[in-house]
Amino acid sequence: MKETAGTAVQVTGTVLTTRRVDAYHALTVVAPGIAERFRPGHFVTVAVGGPHTSMPARRAFAVHDVKPDYGGTVELVFAVRGRGTAWLAERKARDTLDLVGPLGRPFPVPRDPAACVLVGGEYGSASLFALADVLQRRGCRVDFVLGAASADRVFGALRARRMGETTTLTTEDGSLGLRGRVTDALPSVIADARADVVYACGPMAMLRGVTAVAVEFDIPVQVSIEEAMACGYGVCMTCVVPVIGDDGVTRMVRSCVEGPVFRGERVRFEDIGTIPFDALGAPGGRAQEGGAHTRNVS
Amino acid sequence: MSVDMRTYLAHVELANPITTAAGCAASGDELSQFVDLSRLGAFVTRSITMAPRAGRPTPRMAETPSGLLNAVGLQGPGVDVFLERELPRLVDRGARAVVSIGGGSVAEYTALARRLADAPGVTAVEVNLSCPNVEDLGRVFARDPAAAAEVVSSVRATMRYDVPVVAKLAPDAADIVAVARACVDGGADALAMINTPLGMSIDVDTMRPALAAGTGGLSGPAVRPLAVRCLWQVHAALPGVPIVGMGGVFSGRDALELILAGACVVSVGTALFHDPYACLRILRELEDLLKERGFERLADAVGLAQRPPGAGPRHRIDLEESSL
Repeated sequence: MKETAGTAVQVTGTVLTTRRVDAYHALTVVAPGIAERFRPGHFVTVAVGGPHTSMPARRAFAVHDVKPDYGGTVELVFAVRGRGTAWLAERKARDTLDLVGPLGRPFPVPRDPAACVLVGGEYGSASLFALADVLQRRGCRVDFVLGAASADRVFGALRARRMGETTTLTTEDGSLGLRGRVTDALPSVIADARADVVYACGPMAMLRGVTAVAVEFDIPVQVSIEEAMACGYGVCMTCVVPVIGDDGVTRMVRSCVEGPVFRGERVRFEDIGTIPFDALGAPGGRAQEGGAHTRNVS
Repeated sequence: MSVDMRTYLAHVELANPITTAAGCAASGDELSQFVDLSRLGAFVTRSITMAPRAGRPTPRMAETPSGLLNAVGLQGPGVDVFLERELPRLVDRGARAVVSIGGGSVAEYTALARRLADAPGVTAVEVNLSCPNVEDLGRVFARDPAAAAEVVSSVRATMRYDVPVVAKLAPDAADIVAVARACVDGGADALAMINTPLGMSIDVDTMRPALAAGTGGLSGPAVRPLAVRCLWQVHAALPGVPIVGMGGVFSGRDALELILAGACVVSVGTALFHDPYACLRILRELEDLLKERGFERLADAVGLAQRPPGAGPRHRIDLEESSL
């Protein structure tokens, strides 16, 4: 098992079950090869539209769960947001799917037992449960904070209540849990749990807010980023985000292969959608790796 | 009987005609998780620039009907890192490296060619002429026969004589045959076409352009008819010049279409985003299709659609010499 971890494979998966979970769709696919290589935080890409598709870009999905049944199954949770996800939502049991995975860098897990707060926004919380499993098996304390705009868009509340030491739910319309955002509830959860680390998965604005809270508490934060990508394995160069490296230099790195999990404070959230002027290779900016330009230390 | 899939890029023999397309396979490390790069006809690198480039802001990609728009902006590590890390790794993996180069001035192309001239393991150089010419108000080299020829002849003069120089043409030139002819007159040993034509997509929900850069290059099956037309016109005008064809090749049938129009090498681009095994799958499908049609050699199919009707492969003896 160990030597296969991390290497991606392309498999033809067979849909085992499909179900609606509130506002989302959950698809369980028999995908031997991917399931046994999976680590929490990995994602898969799916070809959509069938053999003569007019949709050349693959769709990327975080993996909610893997099980050893039927030689290995993976479960994907997604919202219908366009033609590709609409096609995927129409799949039925026994349909086949072209999957590539597992892809990306998984969540790093602490060596020793630690108190971990897992923050999920919308269906981003789907990828936190496999992580919670691994953390608990290592003796970690796990607390959940899950949020969304409304009650039907909060994913996994029940499972979080079963697994977590505490579970805090937030909705912007107040239809479930506390009225507000996950970042409103997060400081007290971190304080009560005496958290050592925060893990987060969800929309970019949420990750930015969660990172700010964790930085305030001076604890590490691991965020899983979802940026639009066409391939998922590093060749299309479309999913880049500005990330500060160990050497202090900002680079436009691919969220599919260098991510999707990054240390939150390394991601320049406020500069996403731009090329920061001081990024390596930015127009008119830093030209050479370790070149004459010196970093502004303020 | 298996089909002889060997082909020639100018005087360089390739074991088979399927290569990656520039900018669609990153450094090679990513693809090599899935396929053995030495089994490709050649590996075409992303366009290498002198300095590292951060590229364009995101969003860089938008899906369109049977196509993709992209505005990556030649993100890459620059020629120093390429020569130090990426090229040796390609050579170690047994890949034949066709190095694509891009620049904003003739001097920059020449400087890149000079850097590549002493580098071991360069099978050919592809000159990406779709870069904006900073000395000419940002007009794209490929749109102007004289500007394209100037770049090509300068690279040809600088490059080692035994390394073919391939000029990559854009389909949105006023007269692609004129650009092709100018490049060949300027010393191009082969032509590659098509680069992505400019396109645009607007998100009707946000009511803003879908790409941060506004416009982007259109690729995928949507542009294949455009590629076939360009190949056809250029091969008809310059039948002796080898052509690397590309544009929405997703299957062996698509590759065969470009070959029949005049390509002797076929590059696979967008399909690699869809299927990391695309190159080898397309090669296998192409070989099967040639076998089914009674071909013994790939070379006999090159440009076949341009020959008089009835001149099938079984009457090969009556045909003029292959353009190879």
